[in-house]
Amino acid sequence: MTTTLSERATSGWVSALRPDRRYLPVLGTLAVLALMLVIGGTRYDNFLTPIVYSNLFINNAHLIALAVGMTFVILTGGIDLSVGSVLALSTVIIASLLQAGWPVAVVLPVAVLTGSLIGLAHGVMIQVFGVQPFVATLAGMFFARGLCFVIAPESIPIDDPAFTALAGWDSWMGHFRTTAAVVIALAVVVIGFVVLHYTRFGRTVYAIGGGEQSAMLMGLAVSRTKVLAYVVSGTCAALGGLLFAMGNRSGYALNGVAMELDAIAAVVIGGTLLTGGTGFVLGSLLGVLTLGTIQTVIQFEGNLSSWWTKIVIGVLLLIFVVLQRALSLRKT
Amino acid sequence: MLPRRGRTPEEPAAFEKGFNVTTQPVVELTGITVEFPPVTALAGVDFRLYPGEIHALMGENGAGKSTLIKALTGVYQTSSGTITVDGAEQRFSGPGDARAHGISTVYQEVNLCGNLTVAENIMLGAAEPRVLGGLHWRKMRRLAAQHLERMGLDIDPGSSLDSHSLAVQQLVAICRATVGDCKVLILDEPTSSLDADEVESLFAVMRRLKADGVAILFVSHFLDQVYAVSDRMTVLRNGGLVGEWATADLPAGELVKHMIGRSAQVLESVERGHDAVRPDAGEPRLQAIGLGRKGSIQPYDLDVYPGEVVGLAGLLGSGRTELARLLTGADRADSGGTVVEGAPRKLHTPRAAMAQGIAYTSEDRKGEGIVDGLTVRENIVLALQAERGWVRPLPRRQVDEIVAKYIDQLGIRPADPEALLRNLSGGNQQKVLLARWLATAPKLLVLDEPTRGIDVGAKAEIQKLVSELAGEGMSVVFISAELEEVLRLSHRIAVLRDRKVVATVDAEGTTTDQVVELIARGNVAEGDAA
Repeated sequence: MTTTLSERATSGWVSALRPDRRYLPVLGTLAVLALMLVIGGTRYDNFLTPIVYSNLFINNAHLIALAVGMTFVILTGGIDLSVGSVLALSTVIIASLLQAGWPVAVVLPVAVLTGSLIGLAHGVMIQVFGVQPFVATLAGMFFARGLCFVIAPESIPIDDPAFTALAGWDSWMGHFRTTAAVVIALAVVVIGFVVLHYTRFGRTVYAIGGGEQSAMLMGLAVSRTKVLAYVVSGTCAALGGLLFAMGNRSGYALNGVAMELDAIAAVVIGGTLLTGGTGFVLGSLLGVLTLGTIQTVIQFEGNLSSWWTKIVIGVLLLIFVVLQRALSLRKT
Repeated sequence: MLPRRGRTPEEPAAFEKGFNVTTQPVVELTGITVEFPPVTALAGVDFRLYPGEIHALMGENGAGKSTLIKALTGVYQTSSGTITVDGAEQRFSGPGDARAHGISTVYQEVNLCGNLTVAENIMLGAAEPRVLGGLHWRKMRRLAAQHLERMGLDIDPGSSLDSHSLAVQQLVAICRATVGDCKVLILDEPTSSLDADEVESLFAVMRRLKADGVAILFVSHFLDQVYAVSDRMTVLRNGGLVGEWATADLPAGELVKHMIGRSAQVLESVERGHDAVRPDAGEPRLQAIGLGRKGSIQPYDLDVYPGEVVGLAGLLGSGRTELARLLTGADRADSGGTVVEGAPRKLHTPRAAMAQGIAYTSEDRKGEGIVDGLTVRENIVLALQAERGWVRPLPRRQVDEIVAKYIDQLGIRPADPEALLRNLSGGNQQKVLLARWLATAPKLLVLDEPTRGIDVGAKAEIQKLVSELAGEGMSVVFISAELEEVLRLSHRIAVLRDRKVVATVDAEGTTTDQVVELIARGNVAEGDAA
C-alpha cells in the first residue's frame, strides 16, 4: 500500500513506474512519439538535434494552445469546431488594430477576450438553448471566419515595434531555442493541467464527461462548468491566434483553415476519448508533438509531398481510435 | 381526483405501541398533493419520519413512492400540503437544496461518475478540502478513507470508481450521501442489483447510521428485506395513503393486501397453474448444442420443448444472461450451434433469431429494452413493425387494435397508448416490453429478469402471464434472481455456476434448498480441485 494508484492519479510523471489503465492511451502516444524520433534519428543524420526539437515547439506553439482548450471541451463530451476560425479572427484583430495604431497592451487583451466571448456564446447556445455542440460551434466557425473577411480580406503585415519585439524574443538554453510563443504555449499547458486536476471546476469537467446526469445529481455546477469549458476553448483559440501572429508577423483571414481538425486529431491521438471523461492535457501536448514530428519526418524525406503528413495522421488517428475502442471493450 | 384514504383511528395507536412518539419527527409531510394534469400522482398524503428509525415506504409501482420522494426533495412541485423539516416549514428547490438541509437521496441506479476516483465521488461538490484555492488531494483521500471506514468499506479511495463492483459503488453512493450533516437518508431501491451478501453489508451500514440518529427512508420491493431492516412502514396505493404501521405489528400477508388492495389470490393461482400445465413431448423447439463463447459462458447443451418453461438458476454473474444472449443471437457464439424445430439454424443476430420466432427481453430494461422517448403504442409495435420491414407500415387501425389488446390484457397503467414510456413506472415499462414481443407471436420467449425491481402485484401478473403463455404452447426461458420464482414457474431448471451449466433438473419435486445445494456444491468441488 505504499505506492497506491491514488498517488499516481495526481502526479502523471510517476505513472510510467506502474502503468494504470487510465494512462495507457497516453503511454501509447509517448511510445509512438519515441518511435517516430527513433525512425527519424536512424534515417537522417541531423534529425536528433536540439534545433529540430526547438522547432517542433516553435512551429506548433499555436496548435498546443488550441489542443489544450479543445481538451477541456472534449472532456465534457462536446466538440469545438470554431477554433481554427477564432484563431484567424484573433490574428486579423491583432494585425488590424495594431495597424490602426492601438497599443499592444490593449490589442492583445481585446483579441483574447473576443475569443472568450465567442466561447461564451457557444456555451450559452449549448447549455441554455440545448443546441448540439457540433452545430453551435459550426455556426461559430462560419461566423468567425466571415467576420475575418469583413474586417480585412487581405493579409495585414504587423510591424508594430512592441509586438515584433515580443514575438522576436528568444532565449537559448545550450542549443535549445525558446521563443516567447513557446513560453506562452507551455504556460497554457501548465495552467490547463493545474485547473483540470486541482480545481473543483476541473474535476467537474471530468465528472460531466463521466455522466452529466450523475454529475448534476451529485450537486455539481454542471451548467456553469459546461459553459466555462467553451469559454476556455475560445480563449485558448484566441491565444493560439496571438501565437500564430507572433510566428507569422501578419494577420490573415485565411489563417488556420481546418486547423480545428488538427487540434481534434492531436487531442484524440493524445489519448482523450471523444465521448468525454477520460484524457489529459499532457496527452494533448504529446499529441501535438507527434503530429509535428510526423511533419518534420516528411520534410526531411524531401521528395515526399507534404500531403503525406495528412495520410500518416489519418492512419495514426485510426489506429488510436481502434486502440481506445479495444481498451474500453476490455473494460466492460 | 382520487379519493383520499385517511388513517383509520386505530392505526396511530398501533404505531405508538411500536415507537416512541415523544420525539419530534425530523420530516413531516402533511396533505401532500402532486398533480400532473390530468393525472393526480399523490393525493393528500401524510408522512412522518423520526430520527433514528428505518422507515419503509411501501406500495406497488405507480403507487406514488417515487413521487413522494421527489416531492420531498423538491424535484416535483406540490400543489398543496406542507413539508416540515425539524419543525420548520420548508420548500426545497431541488436535490441540492434538500441536501444542504441534511436530506440526501441515493437512487436505484448509481448516480456517480465512474471515471473519477472513489475519493472524488465521495467528497467532490461541497465537502472537498482545499489548499491555496485548489483541491487538497491527499487530505481528500484521507477524509474519504475515514468515511469509507465508517461504512466498513476497505477500498483504495484513489482507485477509479468503475473498477469496483456495483455493490461497492452503491455503498460509495451512500457514503457520499452521509458526508457532512445528514439527518435524513433516502434509499430508493438500493438493493435491486445486489447479492444477498451485499444486501447484508448494506443493512449493516443502515443500522449503523440509524444508531447515529439518522432517519432512513427505505424503498424496496423485497418484502423479506423490508421486514429484516425496517422499524415502521407507510403504505401507499394509487397515489393515496393507506396507512402507517410498526413493522412488527403488520404481518406480510396483511401488508401485501394493503399494497395491492386485494388478497394474494393472483399469486396462489400461479402455483396451481404450474401443476396443471405439462409440456408436450416430441421435438424440441430449440436445441442448443455445445453453444459457448470464450470469456462469456462455457459450451452448454439446452433443449426447450413446446409449452415448456425452462428456468435458469444461478448467482449474479454465473452466466444466466450470457446463456440467454447466445441463445437469442444477442451475442455471437464462437462454438456450437442451434437447432430450431429439427433444422440447424445460425442465430447470429437478434434479427435472425426473431425470424425463427425467438424473442429476447433484456435484463437491462432501460438500456436495451424500452425506448423511453416513444409512446406506449410505438414501443409495443416496434418489433412487429421491424419484422414486417419499414416499407410496409402497419395500418393504423391494426396498430390501435394490437395496442388496445395488450394494454387491456397486461393491465398497462396508465391505459393511454400515447403516454411517453419514460413516464411509466418500472413494472408497466416491463409489461410494455413484454407486449412488444408478444405482438410478434414468438414461439420461444426468453425473459431475462422480467420481474426485477417491480412490485408484487405486477410481478404476480407477469408470472401468471408466463404460465398462461406456456399453457398455450409457447416455450419460455425464464431468468430470475429469485429462486422461489424460478421454481414455481418452471418445468425444468438449468443451474449455472461460474459461467457453466452444472445441472439440469425437473422442477417438480425439487426444493429451493436442493437448488441452492446444486449451486453451492459446484463451488465446493472447485475448491477441492484447486
